[in-house]
Amino acid sequence: MTTAAFFVFAHPFLASAFGAGTAIALAAGLTGSIVVLRGQVFAGDALSHVAFTGALAALALGVDLRLGLYGGCIAFALLLAVLGRRSGGDDTVIGAVFAWVLGLGALFLSVFTTSSSGTGGSGGTTGVNVLFGSILGLSRSQALGDVVVALLVVMALLLLGRPLLFASLDPAVAASRGVPVRALSYGFFVLLGMTAGVATQAVGALLLLGLLAAPAGAAQRLTARPFRALWLSAVIAVGSMWAGLSLAYVISAVPPSFGILGVATVIYLGTFVWTGLAGRRHPPAPARVRPGTGREVAGAR
Amino acid sequence: MNPGPHFLTLLALAGPGPNPLDDLRQMLALHFMVNAFRAGTVVAVLAAAVGWFMVLRRQSFAGHTLAVVSFPGAAAAVWLGVSVTAGYFAGCIAAALVIALVPRSTSGRPRSQESAVIGTVQAFALASGALFVSLYGGFLDSITGLLFGSFLGVSDGQVLTLALVALVVLVLLAVLARPLLFASMDGAVAAASGVPVRALSVVFLLMLGCTAAEVSQITGALLVFALLVMPAAAAQQLTARPVLGMGLAVIFGLAVAWISLAVAFYSPWPVGFFVSTFGFALYVAASALRGLVTRYGPSKRAHGRVAAHSDIPGAGLVGA
Repeated sequence: MTTAAFFVFAHPFLASAFGAGTAIALAAGLTGSIVVLRGQVFAGDALSHVAFTGALAALALGVDLRLGLYGGCIAFALLLAVLGRRSGGDDTVIGAVFAWVLGLGALFLSVFTTSSSGTGGSGGTTGVNVLFGSILGLSRSQALGDVVVALLVVMALLLLGRPLLFASLDPAVAASRGVPVRALSYGFFVLLGMTAGVATQAVGALLLLGLLAAPAGAAQRLTARPFRALWLSAVIAVGSMWAGLSLAYVISAVPPSFGILGVATVIYLGTFVWTGLAGRRHPPAPARVRPGTGREVAGAR
Repeated sequence: MNPGPHFLTLLALAGPGPNPLDDLRQMLALHFMVNAFRAGTVVAVLAAAVGWFMVLRRQSFAGHTLAVVSFPGAAAAVWLGVSVTAGYFAGCIAAALVIALVPRSTSGRPRSQESAVIGTVQAFALASGALFVSLYGGFLDSITGLLFGSFLGVSDGQVLTLALVALVVLVLLAVLARPLLFASMDGAVAAASGVPVRALSVVFLLMLGCTAAEVSQITGALLVFALLVMPAAAAQQLTARPVLGMGLAVIFGLAVAWISLAVAFYSPWPVGFFVSTFGFALYVAASALRGLVTRYGPSKRAHGRVAAHSDIPGAGLVGA
């Protein structure tokens, strides 16, 4: 990373990007690991789209973007926790709700673009920035705010890590041991909302799902042990962030968001190849023997 | 949002007149509006039928991802200067094949690895879209069109393509309906009795990809869900019978598409907003109706029937 260190000293905006990016990647890698473990990637998907609507609503109303971003994400995260509990994990409900929220986002974008067209038409650019991120455009104070939020998430996850993993892996047993499974679920959704909000500023509302899913998926292919996967996921996320940012700096046609997600995706792809070559299956699928040919059953979900 | 020709803006500003029939005639006198209605009709029927199976199979996440992939497909087509319609289909079919490659897990924690793959495919596809846009340059206004839909400028050729692809998918769906229904309801039993569950799953993903590509040309890549999920989900709230449910879903889809197009014509706001809002209202109304019937149902029999419905959208499928 000596080259990265060189860039950082060369340009102050890169210092902001690398600083905020590292903290955000750390938070996203840790949160994502638990999201994948809990099978709630779709909720992350929904939240990433809500982040867009929240930010655009704030812009359309003329208040600070981050207010709408965090407000929208945390409120919707709590709604998802309630919906998930009531529907028993039926993703149709989540899908219907977030598609509508996204429609609202389209409305706010339209309102905002129309209202700001008199001031040089920056509305469209801002909307696209919310969607696809603008990590190289972060100011020093924005970057500092992102670092603070991301580190809060990381600290909370470290404090809650053990009971949260327990509750995620086996809620029934955890509940019988006195772990507050329900409270943990709500708490985790709030952390997920905060992560979505902070990651939106780095890689954009549409792409933060990749930062949640790809490092975590890769880590869980490499190891079946939850704690090791947690750390591995954080390391992969931070590595993708650094490599992606460097890539975007070297090749100017590559948007930073694409660089970051491209690296993360390639690493994930690599784990498939690697575990395939090693002839091992990670995570080892719990034995579930059924009569008949195994291959067809495997396709039967 | 929808810049469009100048006269359209004037018309929209004038708003609907006192006589609805006049408005309708006025609207349908414009060729692009006729094409928009034709395309909307084709897309609504296809989305409702395929969406019904998607909701039953609980593949909403995959459906959403396939829809989103149409954005990089279209963006790449614009960048390379080839047909945008071809770009939509190429992107969606490629993503369907990638998702189909991942074996569905049958284990206790449902599909965590599979959903991580889907999420990665989605985010990477969108990032690629951003890359293509950046490579093309100066393409900013059309991004929002690709993402949130625009019914302007649907050409005759496009309508024809949409109709042909929809016909192929619908015929295929009709042929495969019975085994697909069986495999969706209880994959293990279907596999045991010789239904090629895995192959069906791949074919269905391809059909879903084609459908998503079609729908996203009207609603935009991000709001495909509005036509794919909402009418089907509303119908499944009301009945569990396949034929009746699919019929209801088609009616709902058509109503949502037509009303949205008509309202969007007279409004400066994007059509995607109206499609998702009307669809969501329909879904909420259907859920409320079902809730009322469950609570105040007239007889025990009705009560039992509704309770049975709640099992239908795949409770047994997730491998509990």
